[in-house]
Amino acid sequence: MKSAMLEVERLEKRFDGVRALAGFSCTVREQEILGLIGPNGAGKTTFFNALTGFVRPDGGQAAFRGQALIGLTPYKAARIGVARTFQILRLIRRLSVLENVLLTFPNQAGERLRNVFFRPWTCRRQEAGSRKSAEGLLEEVGLAEKRDDLAEALSYGQQKLLSLVCCLATGAELLLLDEPVAGIAPEMIERILEAIRGLPRRGKSVVLIEHNIGAITQVCDRVVFMDAGAKVSEGTPEEVRNDPRVIEAYLD
Amino acid sequence: MEYVLHILVLIGIYVVLSVSLNLVAGYTGLISIAHAAFYGVGAYVAALMALNWHVPFWLCLLCAIALTGVLGAVVGIPSLRIRDDYFVVATFAVQVIAVSIMNNWTDLTGGPMGLPGIPQPEILGWRISSHVDYLVLVGLLGALALWVSRRLVQSPFGRALKTIREDEVLAQAVGKNVAAFKVLVFVVSAGMAAVAGVVYAYYISFIDPTSFTVMESIFIISIVIIGGAGSLWGPVVGAVVLVTLPELLRFMGLPSGVAANLRQILYGGALVAFMMWRPQGLLGKCAFERKSAKA
Repeated sequence: MKSAMLEVERLEKRFDGVRALAGFSCTVREQEILGLIGPNGAGKTTFFNALTGFVRPDGGQAAFRGQALIGLTPYKAARIGVARTFQILRLIRRLSVLENVLLTFPNQAGERLRNVFFRPWTCRRQEAGSRKSAEGLLEEVGLAEKRDDLAEALSYGQQKLLSLVCCLATGAELLLLDEPVAGIAPEMIERILEAIRGLPRRGKSVVLIEHNIGAITQVCDRVVFMDAGAKVSEGTPEEVRNDPRVIEAYLD
Repeated sequence: MEYVLHILVLIGIYVVLSVSLNLVAGYTGLISIAHAAFYGVGAYVAALMALNWHVPFWLCLLCAIALTGVLGAVVGIPSLRIRDDYFVVATFAVQVIAVSIMNNWTDLTGGPMGLPGIPQPEILGWRISSHVDYLVLVGLLGALALWVSRRLVQSPFGRALKTIREDEVLAQAVGKNVAAFKVLVFVVSAGMAAVAGVVYAYYISFIDPTSFTVMESIFIISIVIIGGAGSLWGPVVGAVVLVTLPELLRFMGLPSGVAANLRQILYGGALVAFMMWRPQGLLGKCAFERKSAKA
């Protein structure tokens, strides 16, 4: 069995008396795709928010490769290797597709004021390198010919695909994807799932929130079913799908 | 002729001011009403150093930039933690405090009487005294401000600023230290405003608090908005338009009392008109549109 990349223990979060996370624990292994399913309000997105510093949990621990995650600000969480996408699409609509990818690269020399003015060549060289890798990433997912279009000119499905590429480009090792295929056309779903399936080969692990059970079964190694802020069941996609508690919760 | 040159020098000073505010307001999406305060602090620092210690121009300039930059950080670090409207209010407070210090710390600033008799500057033996000299000086500094601004906004640093303007949540999520970017650009902007202040102090050779009030801040914001926030040349166009247009009123033969009031009405009217029909300004493409939802 592969070793654990992320270990989460008994996360707690209350919002005005509602227990959004009620002692939620789980483990994400290296190079694995973990599905996270559960009814609306089960706490899935809150879990992502807690891991990435957007929400401060009231209790519990989370360790990413041994480093404590809880209490970090969002940008620090991203820098140590935990990046995410959002349920509502977040892209810089008025920048080009390529720029959207470029802006996510980590450790850019040209993001330091000193370098901008006193080491322009270093910046330019690095920028040229980033541009190549960004083009490469876009090529892989079939967005290469759109690279100079504004992000807002893409179709909804393409925008979702782009936000996945951006998340990958942050260099993070653990990608938390919040409903990456919700609301898009079937053929685009296939392209996005294909891209997700390729992530472990790059050394990435993925946590995937999705309501589309078909998509979950296609790409996930394991699935965690969550309800009312806690883990109800865990196993292979088949096992979880046939778990009576899961069936019951989804029928409610 | 003198008059035309005077207008051109003023345009140059406002180009520097609005280019610097554009970095903060146009590219980063932070509306600061403290810009006249930084402009004023720059002017006072240079005037005091020149009057009391006969410090050469270039040294006054550097000290004014540095001190105003530090002030920018002092103001920026606490106020940039708060968002949008609250940030506007915080900078407004800074502006009011700055003017009241200029008015009331009489021993240092001369209070409402101001500081008269600021000497003519000299740079490497070039004595700057005529309008033409000042026009050359202000032209050079304006070009420098534009160059700095261009360098900045076309770099990855500038790309991060635009990301913050468009979607702060996304900027954080992809690992950008949003607070650090905001403080840095605020400091650069304050330092640049100080340059305009220094030139103004030497040029007019007299400064008093009335030149650095909140009205002045709003005037600079109007230049940025009308010219086109978030575009490189927008502030230049805005400065030309807003400085020249009211001057044209002079030639309409109105009594001076009426003309002065008409000028304010004109600014207000223009600002409202632009907000309604062309919020992106003359050259702008995008700034100040609806922001994306917060997380």
